Amino acid sequence: MTFIQHLATALTALRLNLVRSILTTLGVIIGVASLIIMVSIGAGAQSAIDKQIASLGTNMLQIQSGPANMGGGRRDAVGAAQSLTERDIRALREQVPAIVAIAGQLSANAPLVYGNANWTTQVQGVGAEFLEIRDWPLVAGRGLEPSDMTVGAKVAIVGQTVVREVFDGVDPIGAELRIRNVPFVVIGVLAAKGQAGFGRDQDDVVLVPLAAARARLQGGRARSAPDAVQQIYVELASSKELFNAATDIEDVLRARRQLDPTDQAPFSVRNTAELVRTRTEAQATMAFLLGATSVISLIVGGIGIMNIMLVSVTERTREIGLRMAVGARKSDILMQFLIETVTLCLIGGALGIVAGVGGAYIIAALADWPILLRAETVAIGILASVVVGVLFGILPSRRAASLNPIEALRHE
Amino acid sequence: MSVSPNLIECTGVSKLYRMGDQEVSAARDVTLSIARGEYVAVMGPSGSGKSTFMNLIGALDVPTSGHIRVAGKDLGELDGNALAQLRNETIGFVFQQFNLLARTSALQNVMLPLSYCRPQRADAEDRARRSLERVGLADRMQHVSSQLSGGQQQRVAIARALVNDPALLLADEPTGALDSATAEELMKLLEELNRSGLTIVLVTHDPEVAASARRQIRFKDGKVLSDTLTGGNS
Repeated sequence: MTFIQHLATALTALRLNLVRSILTTLGVIIGVASLIIMVSIGAGAQSAIDKQIASLGTNMLQIQSGPANMGGGRRDAVGAAQSLTERDIRALREQVPAIVAIAGQLSANAPLVYGNANWTTQVQGVGAEFLEIRDWPLVAGRGLEPSDMTVGAKVAIVGQTVVREVFDGVDPIGAELRIRNVPFVVIGVLAAKGQAGFGRDQDDVVLVPLAAARARLQGGRARSAPDAVQQIYVELASSKELFNAATDIEDVLRARRQLDPTDQAPFSVRNTAELVRTRTEAQATMAFLLGATSVISLIVGGIGIMNIMLVSVTERTREIGLRMAVGARKSDILMQFLIETVTLCLIGGALGIVAGVGGAYIIAALADWPILLRAETVAIGILASVVVGVLFGILPSRRAASLNPIEALRHE
Repeated sequence: MSVSPNLIECTGVSKLYRMGDQEVSAARDVTLSIARGEYVAVMGPSGSGKSTFMNLIGALDVPTSGHIRVAGKDLGELDGNALAQLRNETIGFVFQQFNLLARTSALQNVMLPLSYCRPQRADAEDRARRSLERVGLADRMQHVSSQLSGGQQQRVAIARALVNDPALLLADEPTGALDSATAEELMKLLEELNRSGLTIVLVTHDPEVAASARRQIRFKDGKVLSDTLTGGNS
């Protein structure tokens, strides 16, 4: 029998038991769908991380107020321990030669008003070299100069989301934007940066000089030093110096605070690679769990298909006997049932791919996760169905092929 | 290799079955031959070994001892694939229960043996149509089994047995599931086929059916009880 004939036979057999065939494939449908969703989420997260590495730069270090191992991220509220100061920045610039640029940062959520538009966004007070370190270009206007770093310089640079939400088509350059009721003049517009990991919109931001932010937006903070910053961004000459520079920085800051080596430092030095690694681990865990789910449902689905094929072999014993009597070889019977099982799995796989692609987009929309759907992913889904079909088709097919034609013909 | 006029030659054929711890002899030292063009009825009560004999010469079963030659080939020397090929090319089977594929057209049923031909026949559908015409079902080709009467279904089965131009037609109680009028028509068809040169071996316990054959072989307890030539009904 040719492959085409086997395929036609398989399709006929499956069509004759249409409802059963579709119900049987449910396990494979779910398995392949979750496989597709898993791979799409994984790939989406990976590409978001890659983009983030690119946007942060790999030769960048962040020094954060607060001890290490606090769960990461720059989530500290304003007024949380701001143990870093501009004096630290000056000391680092002088004592760590690997540093090519350094900038402090403070951030707070603040309401913006321009004309009739109201918008609450993250306002970051930053040092003059901040944009250079973040490798963040402007699409209009100018960046912050050292001369802006005085209390009186009420200038602002706005992100793309702010442009869209607040200025609504008006050229923001030169506009007077009220931030927490203090008028700032917009001097620049940032290029779009896109989403950071887990959907934070990096373009929903206003940058102002550090001194202005501290004086105008933060109000008096008795608990913090008058020149406190939340974070310090450091750019190094090259990524090779990441680890040495991190150690040097920690040493300088510890020395300034006269800490014993055993004391916990009230700051932490992180590099982007480390941040990314933490995120990658989280993604890997999620991918593993989803992967386990899809493998389990594929196995369960395969067992279901194997069961129904065993039932089918029993039901069709006489047919098998007849086929043998009219000249089918054992290998013909084996191929017939194997192809039928694989076809069943492929139909399930195709439905699973449709469900998986749909599910991936729904998750992307609902959870606001980045999803990356690749052709390879679909190929993996097809491959998985074929593997399940062959693996779980072997037993029923061998049983069919090993039937004794005389007994099979007598079977009631 | 000498050319024998015999299509089937059995020499000292025995077949033992194990039933639990008992050994059952379904064929004991059977030696007989059937020439090309013969029309033979194999008779005997159930358990007499007639079905075993049929399965043995149909290359569905292998003897415990002895030799069977079908169309010059010693079945004991053939492997599973060669036996399948022999069944495909040389032997046509007709069963009491028709054994048609359900919900499948007459034409597709008749084409089934051709799908196992190596190499594939290019004219499979034409052959199947001619075979159905030969059994008088030219106007029923697209009907599925459930739309056909018992007699018509058995004709489809005969068309299926004939589609690959076999040398031997093996019919196991072909009229067993048919009413007497239909059975009579079917027997006429078999006689016609035999007249056109086809060797037919028919298993039956119905003496009337057996009477249409020209030779009757009776089995009892796995042995040939009698082997008689008659003129047949015609």
